[in-house]
Order: sequence, then C-alpha cells, then structure tokens
Amino acid sequence: MTLAPLHLVGERLMLDPAGALVWPAQRLLAVADLHFEKGSAAASRGSLLPPWDTRVTLDRLAALLRRHAPRTVVALGDSFHDAAGASRLLAADAARLAAMTAAADFVWVLGNHDPAPPEGIGGISTPEWRAGPLVFRHQAVAGAAGEISGHFHPKAQVPVRGTLVSRACFVADARRVLLPALGAYTGGLDVRDAAIARLFPRGGRIFLLGRERLFSFAYAAARSLPPAPPR
Amino acid sequence: MAAALPEPFSAWFARQGWTPRAHQLRLLAGAAAGRSVLLVAPTGGGKTLAGFLPTLVALHAAPRAGLHTLYVSPLKALAADIARNLMRPVGELSLDITIATRTGDTPAAERRRQRAAPPNILLTTPESLAVLLSAPEAAAAFATLSAIVIDEVHALAGSKRGDQLSLSLARLATLAPAARRIGLSATVAHEAPLAAYVSPDGSGNDVDRIKVSDGAPPAITMILPGDRLPWSGHMGLAAAPEILARIRSAGMTIVFVNTRAQAELLFQELWKLNEPTLPIAIHHGSLEPEQRRRVEQAMAEGRLRAVVATSSLDLGIDWGGVDQVLQVGAPKGVSRLLQRIGRANHRMDEVSRAVLVPANRFEVLECEAAIAGVAAGALDGEAPRPGGLDVLAQHVLGTACAGPFFPDALYGEVRRAAPYAALSRQDFDDVVAFVETGGYALAAYERYRKLFRDAEGRLHVRSERIARQHRMNIGTIVEQPLLKVRYAGRGGGTLGEVEEYFVNMLTPGDTFIFAGRLLRFLGLRETVCEVADGGGGDPKVPAYAGGRMPLTTGLADRVRCMLQDASTWGAFPAPVREWLTMQKICSGLPGRNDLLVETFPRGERFYLVAYCFEGRNAHQTLGMLVTRRMERFGMVPLGFVATDYVLACWSAREPTGVARLFEQDMLGDDLEAWMAESSMLRRTFRNVAVIAGLIERHLPGAEKNRRQVSVNSDLIYDVLRRHQPDHILLRATRADAAGGLTDVGRIAALLARVRGRVRHRVLSRVSPLAVPVLLEIGRESVRGEEGEDLLLEEAELVAEAMDAPRQGWLL
Repeated sequence: MTLAPLHLVGERLMLDPAGALVWPAQRLLAVADLHFEKGSAAASRGSLLPPWDTRVTLDRLAALLRRHAPRTVVALGDSFHDAAGASRLLAADAARLAAMTAAADFVWVLGNHDPAPPEGIGGISTPEWRAGPLVFRHQAVAGAAGEISGHFHPKAQVPVRGTLVSRACFVADARRVLLPALGAYTGGLDVRDAAIARLFPRGGRIFLLGRERLFSFAYAAARSLPPAPPR
Repeated sequence: MAAALPEPFSAWFARQGWTPRAHQLRLLAGAAAGRSVLLVAPTGGGKTLAGFLPTLVALHAAPRAGLHTLYVSPLKALAADIARNLMRPVGELSLDITIATRTGDTPAAERRRQRAAPPNILLTTPESLAVLLSAPEAAAAFATLSAIVIDEVHALAGSKRGDQLSLSLARLATLAPAARRIGLSATVAHEAPLAAYVSPDGSGNDVDRIKVSDGAPPAITMILPGDRLPWSGHMGLAAAPEILARIRSAGMTIVFVNTRAQAELLFQELWKLNEPTLPIAIHHGSLEPEQRRRVEQAMAEGRLRAVVATSSLDLGIDWGGVDQVLQVGAPKGVSRLLQRIGRANHRMDEVSRAVLVPANRFEVLECEAAIAGVAAGALDGEAPRPGGLDVLAQHVLGTACAGPFFPDALYGEVRRAAPYAALSRQDFDDVVAFVETGGYALAAYERYRKLFRDAEGRLHVRSERIARQHRMNIGTIVEQPLLKVRYAGRGGGTLGEVEEYFVNMLTPGDTFIFAGRLLRFLGLRETVCEVADGGGGDPKVPAYAGGRMPLTTGLADRVRCMLQDASTWGAFPAPVREWLTMQKICSGLPGRNDLLVETFPRGERFYLVAYCFEGRNAHQTLGMLVTRRMERFGMVPLGFVATDYVLACWSAREPTGVARLFEQDMLGDDLEAWMAESSMLRRTFRNVAVIAGLIERHLPGAEKNRRQVSVNSDLIYDVLRRHQPDHILLRATRADAAGGLTDVGRIAALLARVRGRVRHRVLSRVSPLAVPVLLEIGRESVRGEEGEDLLLEEAELVAEAMDAPRQGWLL
C-alpha cells in the first residue's frame, strides 16, 4: 500500500488509496461520507439491497485504523445515511463502532444527510472542525483555504488505451482536498460536474483509487460523464 | 381427419385465389378437438393466418362477448401488423369480432376501454401480458379465454422473455384451463423442447406437431472480392463492387450484415460506388423507430432496390417481393442463415436465392461449412436452457400483486412451464424468500418485507405501493444506457440511439457514421448527443457491446472437419487452398478432437495461438483465464486477442509446458477469482438484479438515472459476493454466465474434449493460419477488463514522460 504525499497550506498530508486522508503530524485520520445504513434506508423504501453495507464500511474503517493508529478520527459528515440511521444499526455493528470510538477521539462533522448529532455512539459532533491551519467540513465553501471536505463523492473517468477507466478519486489543488466517499453503497459524482468544477477554477489534480496505490492525473485529463437525466 | 374449410371462409379463400393448405385444415381440426398444436413452417407459409383461422371460424359460428383468443408476439410492430391483417377477412366477411392490440405503446384511455369491454382477440407482447396478469382483475378477464396463439416461438423459447412468457402461460392455464395453444415457429434444430414450451403441462406430450416442409432447398452461392482475398477484418467492404453488381442484377435485395457498425460502413461504401443511384436504404435496431418504419414501408411498396440490414429484419412480417438475400460476413450458424435466406422469395414453390460474401479467409471456411450445413439440413442452436431464477422472482411478485397465493400451488403451476419443469423446491423457496425479504442470511429486513403470510399460509403483497412499483418494472429486457442522437437546434430531428459508452469516447468536433450519415459531434445536451452534418477526419463508427453473435458449436465442428479433410478443399477458392496447404507444411492443421497450440517468437515477444473454434465470447473468457495461468507460471503475459476461431496471447517469456495452461481445473479457483472482477459478470449481475427487482428501473414519480443503476449494481455485487456467495441472485448470475457473454459452458466442453490432446507446435515464426489473428491485434481492444493494469500503465507512461516529482505533488 503506497500513500501519496500532498502539501496543503504548508502542512504535509498523506492520501491513502483506500480513500482516506492522514495528517501524520497530528496523528489524524479523515474519512468522508460513510453513509452507514444506506442499505436499510433503501429497504424501507422497498429496495431490499444486501444488508451488509454498514459491515463492509466498518471493515474499511477498521483497516484504516489499524494501518494508521490515529489519535483523532474526523468523519466529514453524511456518516449516517439518514437521521434515523444510528438507531437502525444492528447490535453487532453498533458494538464494533463503539469499540472504535472508545479507542480514538471521533469527531462527527455534521452533513446534509445527518444534520443532527448521532446519539449513543461516542465521539463529539460539530458543524465543522478546525485544527491548526486546516478546516474540516462536510461541504466545501467557495474561497476557503486549507479545507478538507467530502459531500460530493468525486469520481473520474480517464481514457486509457482506447477505453475509459472510472474510479472514485480525491480532487485537490493548493487550497483544498475533496475526499472520495468511503461508504459501501455510495455512488459518485463526476469531477467535471459544475458543482465540483467551480471549486477548482484553476484546475488541480485527481487521484484515482487503485488496489495498492493512487493514480494521479491532471484534473483536465478526466472525461465528462454524460449528465444525469432530469429528476 | 382434416376438416374442410366451412363457409363463408372457403368462398373468401376462393375469392383471394387461395386454396386452404393442409396444415391450415389440420390446425382447424386440432382446434375443434381442443388440442394444442406446434406448427413448424418456413416463413411465407401462411402460418399466422393458420393460427387465427380456428378462432375466426369459432367466433363466426358462435359470436360472443369477452376475450376469446390471445396472440403473443415478440415484436410490438408485429402485433400491430397482424391486427391490421386480421381486419381484412373480418371486415370483408362482416364478422362480429372485435380486435385490439395491447403493448407498451397503448394509450391509457385505450387500456381503460379494453378493461371495460375486452376484445375477442387481443394481440400483445410477453411484457404487456405480464402486466395484465399482475392486475387483480386478471382472473375475471382471462376466464373466458379459449385459445392462445404464440408467434415466433423459436425466437422466444430459450430467452428470458421466453421464460417470462412461459410463466404467464402457466398462470393462464390456471385461470382458463380449457384454453388451447397454438405455437408458430420457424424450422429449428430442437423441436421437442419447443413442443414442450407450447404444452399446457410442460411435457409436450399433449401437443400435436404439424410440420410444413421447407419446399425447394435454397440455392446458395458465394462471391469473393475481385482483386484479393483479405486476411482479416469482418466488414466485407472489399466486396462492395460485387455486392452492388448483385443488387443491380435483381429486383429487390436484402443485404444482411452481422453488426450495426458493419451496416453503417457497408452502406457508406455502397453509396460511394452507387453511380446509378439505386435506392438503397439502411435498417438496424438503433435507428429511430419512425425511420425504420419508413424503410419497411418503402420495401413493401417496392420502392427500394436494396436494404442493408442487421438482425432487425430477421423477424417480422413478410414484405414479399424480396428476390435475393446477401449475407455479408460470416453466417455464424446454419439456422440463422436459413432464417435470413427465408426472407427471399416467400412463395413456397420458388427456390430462395442467397449469396454469401465472406469478409476474410476464415469466413470462407465458415461460409462453405454453412452451405454444407444447409444442404445437410443440420440446424444448429442450443437446446433451451432452464428458466432464469431472476425472471421467476419477477413472476412471483407479479402473481402476488394480482392476489394472494399458496406457495405449494404456485410451485405446482410454475413447474407446468417447460423452462421450469425441473425447478427444485429449494430454488423456488429461495426465490420466494428473496421476494419477501431479500433472502439474506443476515435477517435484517423482517420489518421491510414485501410479502406477508396470512393464517392459512397464503402470501399477500404488503401494500398497494409495492404492487404499483412492481408493475412499473415488469419486463426482462435490460437496456444498456443509451443516448439519443439528434441534430442540433430547435426541431432538430432524432436519428436514433447510441450507447453512452461510445459517446463518452467522443470529443466535440469528432466525426462518426450513424444512420447512414457522416455526422459531427457537437456535444452533449442533457441526455442528447447533438450532431450536425459533415465534418472531416477519420470518422468513428459506433460499436456495441455484445453486438456480435458467436459462431455456433455445430458450425465450428463443421469447420474443424473441413480443415482436417483435405478432400473437401476442392470447394475452396485457390488462395484458401494454398493457405491451408502452406499451414499443413509449416505447422499442422487443427484436428477435430484435439487442440492445436502454436508458439513462436516475433519481435520482442512470444506468441501463443490456440485454435479452439469456440466462438468469440468463449475465447474472450478463456483468454482471461489462460493469461492468469501464464502469469502464475512466470510467463509474463502482456495481452491477448480473441476471434471466433482462435485465441492469441503474447508474453515476455516463452510459454513452455503449454498443456498445463488448458487444464480443466482452471474452471475452479481461476474462474472464481476472475468472476470477482470480471466486468462481464458484473453486467450479467446487473441484468439479473434488475429483472429480479432488486434494482428498480423506474421509481414512481421519478426516472432513476440509469448510469447510477449500473454503479449501484457493482457495489451490490461486491458486497453480496463477499457476504453471501450462494445468494439466489449470484446463483442466477452464474447460470447466465454459462452461456451468453462469458460462455463458460463452451469452455468447459472444450477443455474436456481436448484433455490429454493438446498438440503443441513450437515454431520459429508465425504460421499461415495465425496471420489473421495477429492482424486483429491493435484493431480489437485488448484486455478490456483489467482497468487496474491499464491505469498503472498509463500512469507510468505519463510519469516517465513528465518526470513527475517523487516527493509529492506540489500544487
């Protein structure tokens, strides 16, 4: 597993190919858009998706915690797919999460899917979190600097040898980083979409997630996915 | 035995100048006795009229209200055409018979009218029938049914649409036990399974089979391009002058090709040469339906001299007046070729004329094999496979939407559908459990169940909302994401649809060929691909995933036989004879029951060419598995390419001990490992998940983004594979993978056949037979699966070129 270094407002950060950001100086791990209990949310609307999504996401989180042994874990919002998500956790999953929040300081940044702080799972909740020159929030704010955020589930497709490879990715420039979503059932938004593009007016780099490493391309190398039909 | 045609029908026949045919009278007699019938007849035999004659006679003798006959066709357009054709005798004989069609296109008001006053004859499709059967009023509406006519049975049986129809028919047998069935089919290899398909009890023993002889055998010839015989390529463009000459020499010609891309290219090529400006049109499944109808209309009116067409013209009504059929490119199968030839001269007493135009040397072999196969009447095509469990899941929920059912009773009913005759109770129960709560080992969704059991054990659908949602998602055709192609500007006409994947590869300003035009890509506007005429450069041609039919097993076998037996080579043109003779001297010829594998160095690489003859899909899968093994044995494979005939891999190290690369055990762990990543398996799973209802195509009130469906299904696949690898949908996915895109079934048969019989030739250079596949390299996308490797390669190339800073990206 090879991490990619990234410098942001004078701080040295590391990008993990599993889709997390590490700040070694602070022993801090940031993850975005866990969307716990998305499966059961879909089931309640009649789509009986396989129910292990929370477990898979927890497995990913556990692997990151083992690898980096962080002192602080910042979850950048939308940690639960909806406000009632925490109450739908299966007992075994809730116990695992409790063990994690006991072992490190968890900061639950609030997102649009989970605007209320989760109850009974440990850690603290906050609309945004600052540490040194960096600010951690759910959704990027225009003009911010040293900002680490999630929300968009960025994803890019890159033309390689006559075909297109599509992956979740980080998007970064000298001022901010967008993290990919870590949740098992989270889809992606094209990095060329206007919502992301306006955050990177002077371009930047994208880092596609691979099995063992990240694949870095210029932002401009990404090809547009066709936009979604009107909802 | 055969009853005479009663008045006023015999007089009407006489007025048309027709004599009732023997099979028409036999059908009449069978119907009078309440028997079900499978009528196997070539196109043009008056099949459809024969199917309806008993209904017309019965309703003339005893007019009545309510549904009498249900007609099911695979094509919406066919249902509409048949309705028009029926109107004629009904009108001219002033019969008191009402006729209506019900398809996805039927407006809501018309549907309401049909519900209030059901027609005597209803013409529909398998999908619309399933929708009708999911309604609570279905039981009452179908109780009066006396007859079911199933058209083009051969095209339905063995497909998922056919599975769905078979389940609907089983339902109808419960609702209207007395209804007899008439199945109409073209000539096929496996008649018994078709009789079973038509059969009300699933056995086929209760079905009379009536076979109409094919008449005079077709006259098939082959033409080759004038100057030279190509070594590779599938488009057949080199023969365009000869094709045009053939078109000029006949009244009306259908030029059949194998893919839509080939249709576009050949159409362009013909028009470049078409100095007399003969009216030549194009017809394929991606074109706007209105445009297709205009072409069909022009054909019917005799205003065209030729149509370049894909399988979009394989089925459907007879246009008549087709004087010859050309097949450009390999025929791929005897049955398919016969079906296409049957499009010419639909008069039983005349010989059908067909001309084969092979595009390369291997296709010459295939064409000769097909001509021999037609002469021997050796129809091919796989025997129908068991019914899909995903389709069953859809049917179970649909049945619950119509009303509560006892699982035991439904299990009994379903097994009377031939594709499900061997369905185990375990599989059935698992499917029901899937519909109820997802069927997961982790019991997490008890409170979200879709079905509930009452005290007597009947299953009910939990809410009207679930029923409504289900009805919106009925059907077994899962489309690839498509984008409309439209001229830019207000009121710009729509030309048809292309795959989203193709559009993603375009940059504004690129030109491409579509709908017989040279178009310039302007950009995407919402879900529309906007274009203008013209533009220069090297135009691209939309290609479609899975657009190519693989070579059938029967035809592959014939090709292998012919290669072995030099005495048959006399039929081949001189360049082909010379080519095969050289191969015999330089290396050897593939045997009928062995596997010839050649290895040779070339440039910096080593090549391995295996002459498997199992079709492109199987070779593609085999290529994935063989390169995995080569990797394990340290041969450093670099890529592979698959054609219908051979598989070629290339590697950095010389492959030795080649037999171990083709051992049967690769279908164990290697296959499993590959399946975990294969995009084809993912696509197969997506179709299964959509059909089974795990993923909804349509949500009430909102059109779900189709691309998002595809993304979601990948995520679901990963989670499900990891946590419940024996889940019913993964079982259904594996069953589908045995055929279709991955064709694992044929690989298994090949590996078993050649076990201990791998004949390895170590050569110093490329053999004559290997030249065509080496020429394919660079034309075919290579190793399309391994996104990771491609990314790595690209990233490293870029890194090399740009000398990227190793310490981190300074942004």
